Amino acid sequence: MLELLEGSKAVARAVALTRPDVVCAYPISPQTHIVEALSVMVRDGHLKDCDYINVESEFAAMSVSIGASAAGGRVYTATASQGLLYMAEAIYNASGLKLPIVMTVANRALGAPINIWNDQSDSLSQRDSGWLQLFAVDNQEAIDLHVIAYKIAEQISLPVMVCMDGFVLTHASDVVELPTQEQVDAFLPPLAPLEKLSLKNPRSMGMMAGPDVFTETKYLAHQAMIQAHTVIARAAADFAAAVGRESWRPVRVWGPDLEDRPARQGEIAVIGMGSVMGTTQAAAARLWEQGVKTRLITLGSYRPFPARTVREAIGTADRVVVLDRALMLGVGGVLSADVRRSMARLGIPMHSVVAGLGGRSITERSLAKTLRQAKVGELGELEFMDLKQDLVTMSDAAVPVRAPARGAARPGAAAAPAGAPGAEGPDDAAASAPGAPAAAADDAMPTKPAQTGGPALTASAGSLGTATADEKATSADGAAPAAGDRAAPTASDRREG
Amino acid sequence: MAKVHIPFMQTGALAVGGRLLDEDERSVQAWQDRPSTLTRGHRACQGCAEALAARWVLDTAMEVTGGKLMVANATGCLEVFSTLYPESAWRVPWIHSLFANAASVATGIAATNHAKGRDDIRVIAQGGDGGTADIGMACLSGMFERNDDVLYVCYDNQAYMNTGVQRSGATPPAARTSTTPAVGLSPGNTFGQGKFVPKIAMAHEIPYVATATVADLRDLEAKVRTAMKHRGARYLHILVTCPLGWGTKTAASIKMARLATQCGLFPVFEAEYGDITGVTPIRSRVPVEDYLRPQRRFAHLFGPRGDEAALERIRGQAERNIRQYHLLEEGVLA
Ligand SMILES: Cc1ncc(C[n+]2csc(CCOP(=O)(O)OP(=O)(O)O)c2C)c(N)n1
Ligand code: SF4
Ligand SMILES: [Mg+2]
Repeated sequence: MLELLEGSKAVARAVALTRPDVVCAYPISPQTHIVEALSVMVRDGHLKDCDYINVESEFAAMSVSIGASAAGGRVYTATASQGLLYMAEAIYNASGLKLPIVMTVANRALGAPINIWNDQSDSLSQRDSGWLQLFAVDNQEAIDLHVIAYKIAEQISLPVMVCMDGFVLTHASDVVELPTQEQVDAFLPPLAPLEKLSLKNPRSMGMMAGPDVFTETKYLAHQAMIQAHTVIARAAADFAAAVGRESWRPVRVWGPDLEDRPARQGEIAVIGMGSVMGTTQAAAARLWEQGVKTRLITLGSYRPFPARTVREAIGTADRVVVLDRALMLGVGGVLSADVRRSMARLGIPMHSVVAGLGGRSITERSLAKTLRQAKVGELGELEFMDLKQDLVTMSDAAVPVRAPARGAARPGAAAAPAGAPGAEGPDDAAASAPGAPAAAADDAMPTKPAQTGGPALTASAGSLGTATADEKATSADGAAPAAGDRAAPTASDRREG
Repeated sequence: MAKVHIPFMQTGALAVGGRLLDEDERSVQAWQDRPSTLTRGHRACQGCAEALAARWVLDTAMEVTGGKLMVANATGCLEVFSTLYPESAWRVPWIHSLFANAASVATGIAATNHAKGRDDIRVIAQGGDGGTADIGMACLSGMFERNDDVLYVCYDNQAYMNTGVQRSGATPPAARTSTTPAVGLSPGNTFGQGKFVPKIAMAHEIPYVATATVADLRDLEAKVRTAMKHRGARYLHILVTCPLGWGTKTAASIKMARLATQCGLFPVFEAEYGDITGVTPIRSRVPVEDYLRPQRRFAHLFGPRGDEAALERIRGQAERNIRQYHLLEEGVLA
């Protein structure tokens, strides 16, 4: 049955269909609507035989999940952003203990500066935590993925993060179809944990491992992650069969020509995760008529990273554009680092486009512009989509972001000045972009001089200096004074002496 | 500070009862050049008592310290409504770090000031009830236990308001929140849960612990002054009405806080080194219903499908407070 539902409510109902024993969570935007809806379902009896626990922190949320899972329960929790970081120690512990917990991450930026809006920095910061990370493109996928996630988690005894873009998906209403209880029950058998605290078979969990076995433990965890690919693919296919329709997939390749094939010569492979791929599809369809041909590779599985499938899908594309929703400061996009590793020997240039950080809209227009630039070889190796040039201040050694000659990564393109966007240390540049000029060793991200008159951000973004609201109110044209500028002495200036 | 007489200020600043105060006795809010630590232009809801209390606390502290004050703020409404870049409503050196760590950040500020021989600069940490009672409890207890030279102020609006009114460890029983909905067998927040942080603070035997409300701002001001006279760890717990989370009229914020004290549900007292040293007695007692009925978060307790049993338990709580803190005995200390 098709229904118009808010993403969070839909996810809550999908979780309820999996019959969790314990739900525990700590509120944080944009996850709140999911756990609020679940608290109602537990209270009003829709979700039976389930303990709902309001905990006092995310650290407690994950720790309660660990205990509940260790005792053999099916467990659900959800968080985002600061909350995910606050549970970090317990996150690594949960995967090390091989507990099949499922957690929604309503993807949100990380502070400082604090920001409640969507990007993917939070879950990607936990990419090495040993959790699976599966991404939904839309709310239908988010619903399906929660059910699929339990199947995967319990089959391989590893925890799974179901990642969905905060607000963009969690707070958006869409027409979706929930699976029926019968379908879910048939697809997802009751949990039979690999190991649990048991009176009949008392075992010790979480023991110390010395140098004699530690490497082997990690080796096995590594192998388990690789084996997860097979389990994920099977679970996804089984679910689609169970509900009799299209559903989430670990990798999806799409082109406006609707042909099911890898990218080929003359085409650009565009790689991304989450809701941005919907907008990208619209942009790609329009661009196709203008001769900009693209193949979209949507990653549903980020951990484990489906390197081989990605490599195959890239095929013989002219170039690869990665839409990065998380940034490794001083390096480049997080996702593009994985993509780069998987296509290291292809010799195809790759562009990392850092886009939509902290909730900035990724518009069809900006995407189209980016892809057109890629087509004509004018896209840098590392680009920041819609960067507001006037808001970034100058550092002494900086060169303009918009270098006169672009396309440093393109074989045979004019040389970009040292330190241009995307320029990396000689090793990397050579490996990933044959023909690209070796960049300066100092590859700090260059910035452009701030325009006078506009509010400028200081380099230490975490300590955004501000004018008081009062000061702003008194400035006649309404323009905010420059950050860190003391337009007028504050009360404390007068007193501190 | 130059004292400028202002003819039409709120009576709370200029007068007590019907008596106009001498200039020396008047509230810091009565002076035209009051510090306005939290100045206009912020985005708090109309009737937000957290904003009101914060200004009174910090303006008083600014006056007491001669402007030598630094503030660490936990995540929460107070932080969010006051500082969306590029605007800040603060006129005091102010830092927001995280939700859980305001007490520790404040300890760090005090440590640097101390190391640099600037013990004249005083430090206040502040946060909501969630940031205090729940996620920030470990850092707070550490600060208390080491007796660091910090005044911690908790603005208790009894839920996680900033994220949309979820239950906290300071949410009263039966209150409806978005994670304790008014459905099911025992609607609203569960009885027998929750904690009263002032008592936890007292258990650390720190120099000064006090409670206050926005209904008695002169008392609040006096308590900030007392707190600033002490060195070491101090704790001030202020009940602040939140019209949004409580479902009350924006004009009723002061009244609601007063009813909370006059029905016995919120005891107002001071304690030094773990012992209660002063209690504000109930002036004219009201039934708990007078306090609960105007709040939508308690609406399910009333009407034809009301919950008399829950009301009885809440009455019991008020009775217990009155007994425990001697709230009806004028001039009596516990
Ligand atoms: C580690 C972490 N978890 C959760 C949050 C989300 N969060 C921000 S403010 C807030 C609630 C604040 O409640 P309280 O401390 O009572 O302050 P109030 O807004 O009610 O004044 C929450 C849950 C966060 N910022 N960081
Ligand atoms: S939600 Fe409540 S605490 Fe937050 S600004 Fe509004 S009134 Fe104040
Ligand atoms: Mg609160």
